Amino acid sequence: MANFNMQPNKNEMPMQDPIARGKNFSEVALGYTEEQAINEANRCINCKNPQCVQGCPVAVNIPAFINEIKNNNIDGAYAIIANTSNLPAICGRVCPQETQCEAKCLRGIKGEPVAIGRLERYVADNAKVKSSEIKEKNGHKVAVVGSGPAGLTCAGDLIKLGYDVTVYEAFHTEGGVLVYGIPEFRLPKKIVKEEVDKLKEMGVEFVHNVIIGKTLTIDELFEMGFEAVFVGSGAGLPNFMGIPGESYKGVYSANEFLTRSNLMKAYREDATTPIMKGGKVAVVGGGNVAMDAARTALRLGAEKVTIIYRRSMEELPARKEEVENAIEEGIEFKLLCNPVKIDAYFNENDKRDPKNGFVKSITAIKMELGEPDENGRRRPVPVPNSEFETEVNTVIIAIGTSPNPLIKDTTSGLDVNRRGGIIVTEEGATTKEGVYAGGDAVTGASTVISAMGAGKTAAKAIDEYISKKA
Amino acid sequence: MYKIVKKSSLNPTVTYMEIEAPLVARKAEPGQFIILRVDENCERIPLTIADYDRVKGTVSIIFQIVGATTQKLNAKNEGEFIEDFAGPLGKPTELEGLKKVCIVGGGVGCAIALPIAKKLHEMGAEVTSIIGFRTKDLVILEDEFRKCSTNFYIMTDDGSYGTQGNVCAPLNEMFSENKTFDEVITIGPLIMMKFVVMAVKPTGIPCTVSMNPIMIDGTGMCGGCRLTLIRDGERITKFACVDGPDFNGYEIDFDEAMSRSLMYKEFEIKEHEKECNLLKGVN
Repeated sequence: MANFNMQPNKNEMPMQDPIARGKNFSEVALGYTEEQAINEANRCINCKNPQCVQGCPVAVNIPAFINEIKNNNIDGAYAIIANTSNLPAICGRVCPQETQCEAKCLRGIKGEPVAIGRLERYVADNAKVKSSEIKEKNGHKVAVVGSGPAGLTCAGDLIKLGYDVTVYEAFHTEGGVLVYGIPEFRLPKKIVKEEVDKLKEMGVEFVHNVIIGKTLTIDELFEMGFEAVFVGSGAGLPNFMGIPGESYKGVYSANEFLTRSNLMKAYREDATTPIMKGGKVAVVGGGNVAMDAARTALRLGAEKVTIIYRRSMEELPARKEEVENAIEEGIEFKLLCNPVKIDAYFNENDKRDPKNGFVKSITAIKMELGEPDENGRRRPVPVPNSEFETEVNTVIIAIGTSPNPLIKDTTSGLDVNRRGGIIVTEEGATTKEGVYAGGDAVTGASTVISAMGAGKTAAKAIDEYISKKA
Repeated sequence: MYKIVKKSSLNPTVTYMEIEAPLVARKAEPGQFIILRVDENCERIPLTIADYDRVKGTVSIIFQIVGATTQKLNAKNEGEFIEDFAGPLGKPTELEGLKKVCIVGGGVGCAIALPIAKKLHEMGAEVTSIIGFRTKDLVILEDEFRKCSTNFYIMTDDGSYGTQGNVCAPLNEMFSENKTFDEVITIGPLIMMKFVVMAVKPTGIPCTVSMNPIMIDGTGMCGGCRLTLIRDGERITKFACVDGPDFNGYEIDFDEAMSRSLMYKEFEIKEHEKECNLLKGVN
């Protein structure tokens, strides 16, 4: 029988040097070599009852694909992953494995879990044959709204089942948050394009510049002959804190800052989209988006980047690897602090001074952790008279989003909850017949993989719905 | 790709273009805007819809050549294509039930005001139009406004055409004669709209302003277009792209909006110069 590799730790991920990478937008993690991948694969003890699979929102058959890596059959491993996941190169890079598959890995009890995410990425990046089985066309048409992770997954599953699938995208390019939100150094645009191209080869049609709810409504999609619609329109408007000074020049939402840099390529010298570069930057928030914004600001030439988060390191919701990367790159963390106001420069003697109205500082108050709230997280409470001012030129607010109102406002019979998220059943069905939804449009800001899981669930439900009707 | 079917110059710095975009034309209403990208490497810029033809499937835009992007757009000719053209975005101007309306347009803002004036005229409302420009050479759309207005005033800052003065002068005169309207709708530079609102305020007539802040996606994602309304002393953040672009003029924090509109001024000057050295010295 196989010789398992009982080394307690994961094979380390080869990375770009922290100092060098702080100045470029190339991918930070470089990926395993063949030797490292096989060595890591051999750490998997092929449990009889693999818990890791249960930890995966799309239930990838993890031990089976790892087994193929052990045999150096990368195409075989890819075929296994592709059975359930349409976007392995993306998931391998951006899933929070430490709270999902890897959290359940038995090897994690005495040491580190198997590096499932890194192995998935290795397979996706190195497989030569990436074809999936497509069933014969069944003549039914489904529309997908949005080409982010939820929409791409749903479209991929439906095309494999034989449906004609058209994806409507509001922007000029596909990928949603994968291209406007997640930066190049964490998820190269090339990878997203390859995954989208794969779907195009499989027959998925993509239409750009169509805003569902404006250019076309959901009801019109049905009139056009679509039998079901999946809404994966993503997170919406950025939340602000409601503190004084949030409209001064130099205050960005993370969405705006990242969109300017990623989608509109402001990080490139030849870009025509402006962005504030350099100086001192404060990022408010502790999620993945906050890490992405902070590390982007650093790469754009900031002297100093500080993350301000109201809870402690333990509660930081960002993916662990990204927090570690950020620390390594020199991002400062001011934990247990909450901003109370932002001040700007004003020259009393010269109303036309071009610097007027630009941010000069952010004031925060220290916090301590009190009693646990309804989610079991200890609620941060302000420490009286502990305000302190920090000099900054740019403030980036990354404290989540509220769902976009465009679809809700133009679709009768589509109910939303009090926060504006579309109400769905466990299967992803909305209150309107034939309309399914998933991803951030339902949950508010969440992860790529949970959106993919929702896209997958809805694809299954749409298939059942149309099959039953036919 | 979206074809330019017609292009003409309205004045040396303002261009008219008719673009083939059937899906947008089908839905477009006065007050709404589109987002366009001239080519792969350009910014996304919002432009208000100046006209639309549902039968021909075209949407017209009128833009002032102010920065690198509008310069690139202006370099495109009839028969050529624009990379991206998405819309219609924003809420249409609410015109239902209006019988007597004063439209106040300034500069290139008149391009946005015109479809509103036209629609009101078609609805049978009495339209009073006041349009203002810096100088004679910059006057646009005069005939078009005359056609749909019962009362018409044209103003120039330097008196080189029409009456000398700003758009508030005829407004104040009408108010002093106790003339009243169901609504005043104003579109133009922020500073002009601020003063129009101040002029209308004592009369209590509802005053709608059309805001055109910096935008990126235009679909309610980036939050760059946020502005502040002051309602009962409380400051409320709104997003021009999905909540507007029309707002109650009495509630807008104009000073903040003016400050925010200048965020990238220096960057724009640099880009503009990079794009066309010939223009150096003109501006």
